[in-house]
Amino acid sequence: MNKNNLIKAYGDTYNDGKIQLSFTLPIQKGVEAQEAARKYCLQLGLKEVEVVHMRDLSEGFTFFVVYAISNVAVDKSKISVAKIDTEEMTYYEINDYIKDKIKRKLTVVGACTGTDAHTVGLDAILNMKGYAGEYGLERYPQYNTYNLGSQVPNEALIKKAVEVDADAVLISQVVTQKDIHIKNLTEFAEILEAEGLRDNYILVLGGPRISHELALELGFDAGFGSGTKPNQVASYIAQKVFENNFKDGGKDE
Amino acid sequence: MTPKLNLDQKLINLCRNYTSKIADDIEQKIENNTTTSVERTVLRLLGVDGVDKHGIPLPNVVVEKIKKKDKLNRGISYWFGNGLLQTDLDVQTLADKIGKNEIDLLNLPQEDNDKVNDFIYKKAKESIKPIKENVKKRDQMMDEFSPGPKPWLYVIVATGNIYEDVKQAKAAARQGADIIAVIRSTAQSLLDYVPYGPTTEGFGGTYATQENFKIMREALDKVIKEEGHYVQLVNYCSGLAMPEIAAMGAIERLDMMLNDAMYGILFRDINMKRTFIDQYFSRMINAFAGVIINTGEDNYLTTSDAVNEAHTVLASQFINEELGLRTGLKKEQLGLGHAFEINPELEDSFLLELAQAQMVRQIFPDSPLKYMPPTKYINGDIFRGHLMDGMFNLASIMTDQSIQLLGMLTEAIHTPFLQDRALSIENAKHVFNSARSLSDEIQFRPDGKIQKRADQVLNETAEILKEISDKGLMQSLSEGIFADIKRPVQGGKGSEGVVEKSENYFNPFYKLLKKELNISNE
Repeated sequence: MNKNNLIKAYGDTYNDGKIQLSFTLPIQKGVEAQEAARKYCLQLGLKEVEVVHMRDLSEGFTFFVVYAISNVAVDKSKISVAKIDTEEMTYYEINDYIKDKIKRKLTVVGACTGTDAHTVGLDAILNMKGYAGEYGLERYPQYNTYNLGSQVPNEALIKKAVEVDADAVLISQVVTQKDIHIKNLTEFAEILEAEGLRDNYILVLGGPRISHELALELGFDAGFGSGTKPNQVASYIAQKVFENNFKDGGKDE
Repeated sequence: MTPKLNLDQKLINLCRNYTSKIADDIEQKIENNTTTSVERTVLRLLGVDGVDKHGIPLPNVVVEKIKKKDKLNRGISYWFGNGLLQTDLDVQTLADKIGKNEIDLLNLPQEDNDKVNDFIYKKAKESIKPIKENVKKRDQMMDEFSPGPKPWLYVIVATGNIYEDVKQAKAAARQGADIIAVIRSTAQSLLDYVPYGPTTEGFGGTYATQENFKIMREALDKVIKEEGHYVQLVNYCSGLAMPEIAAMGAIERLDMMLNDAMYGILFRDINMKRTFIDQYFSRMINAFAGVIINTGEDNYLTTSDAVNEAHTVLASQFINEELGLRTGLKKEQLGLGHAFEINPELEDSFLLELAQAQMVRQIFPDSPLKYMPPTKYINGDIFRGHLMDGMFNLASIMTDQSIQLLGMLTEAIHTPFLQDRALSIENAKHVFNSARSLSDEIQFRPDGKIQKRADQVLNETAEILKEISDKGLMQSLSEGIFADIKRPVQGGKGSEGVVEKSENYFNPFYKLLKKELNISNE
């Protein structure tokens, strides 16, 4: 093992392992509370624990700010993460790519499903206006876009995808309290599978708490987190459609 | 409050002329209709509560039975009033028996129309007495325990479990919050009924039920007495059960309600007619109950750009003001909404925020403006988020805002932890305290950026209001005038609940509240 690959948290000296954390304990503020916080951190495996600040939150709760050292190290050479492997293109490049290589318009259906009423993410990707200076998919001449809005039942989304013969289905999930999104997304994937429709669509998931890895786990093709721009999603879909339909006469796995 | 901007008063008056025309048109379009939710509210105000053996709220059960036979056009008050007269039962027992199918209101002998109306009017008069008492009680408590200086610190609890909410609300109140809002469970707005009883499971919030209102009110009243500080309680008077929630809030002495004239149409795809009828009645109840309403213009800026669409916020505030005043709300009850949502990367973004905040402060000097925090550009970097919230608080104290919904450094990560709320309260208190009188010390340059920005937004507002008044509000909404959201005039959820009134329709509370609120009859 190359020792240089082992990394620890950095404060002001390489591998000093300095970290900061803040948390609340259900205990009345006082010297006992401070000791409780210290012990708590020691049990987390931390060393040289310094409780630098504590504050009474009332109702028997206290808030702490702590600095400590962690001797845990990570081998950076042994990290593998599922990543979206398509190339990011601009608005113009994407439209040209679709026109030249796929030679037909692509159709996308998007929705916030289940009880989720938050369309901020969905609108950022789909609405004409887009997000962070990037046009949304509605603006793309090479995309037919259907934004079904919020609180769409899974069945309704699938029905629409079938009706318009979509290339890709986008689901945005913002509310993730108590993992409500997992249940809902799993149900979506299960219905598609049961109806034998899974391979008809590229399934894209988005939301502030969504990672590509989570999306793959749930049976989707890609996941986009917060800060994603519309062109990233548009690039992905275009290249995936091309890959699935043209390269090597089909799926290239 | 000292005026810091020189605003064109003629233009402001012109805007109000346009909104008056807009409101005339809306009133004319809704006056011949009632809704199932309005009729259920009549029952609730009369004292009907509880559920049947399937768990369906009795107000729904009773109204549905009449609606099924196409007899709701006369108003529930006739049928229910007649039922009371014929059976000599009390309100709740009659409702219970209807729920058990032991009595069919449509099968009873029918008393003369005027006699029933007189009878139910007297009942209505009796039934609003506790609401009057609540107003008195609030006034007394606010005299004894100050609600604190403005801007009031407004925080949210949202655990999904009312008993957990109580813990968090009490902690927040002791930390210095002036206002506590219990966020509703996501999707409650689309329920065409109000859930019943105390609830411990909700997603992203806690169900608004009368029992939950009561539990939270009692808990806060205790804290008020212990801390010597009045804490105002807020819930959501919106969605398909909007007027029912107003009635429940009036009965349980809530102090504020989110209650926008157009929010349901735009953001929940609820039918336009349904929404305008429901908001009218719900606002009459809120007006009578002394509730401060909060409007939802801030939401426009989560889907539209805050620089380019600033005038739509002001235009909507003018509309909400006019529609609100017509329902008997006083200016002091109009918590008109706006937000600190300009991209912070933009140079001088803070100046643009100041321009908007000061402009609306001067245009609506008597209204307790509801200022919403940055959310759109809060990105998970809690340290940057905390700084942005500090800037938001500074803008507020510099421009004499009234209701400050505190930003959370953990916005977009999770519903607030106990410590997040404490940090936000500390942030606001720090800024407000250290700059308490700053507003009195400043005036903006007459040729400066802030003045020019305010002029521009006001001009654009007058233009858009003229356009809306020419086309009508419903048509304008269908063309996507607000928040880039288009809603068809006939579409949306809940349209099946709109019922055309017959000649002999009667709603005793319309008559009664109009009298109480001094609303002139058309």
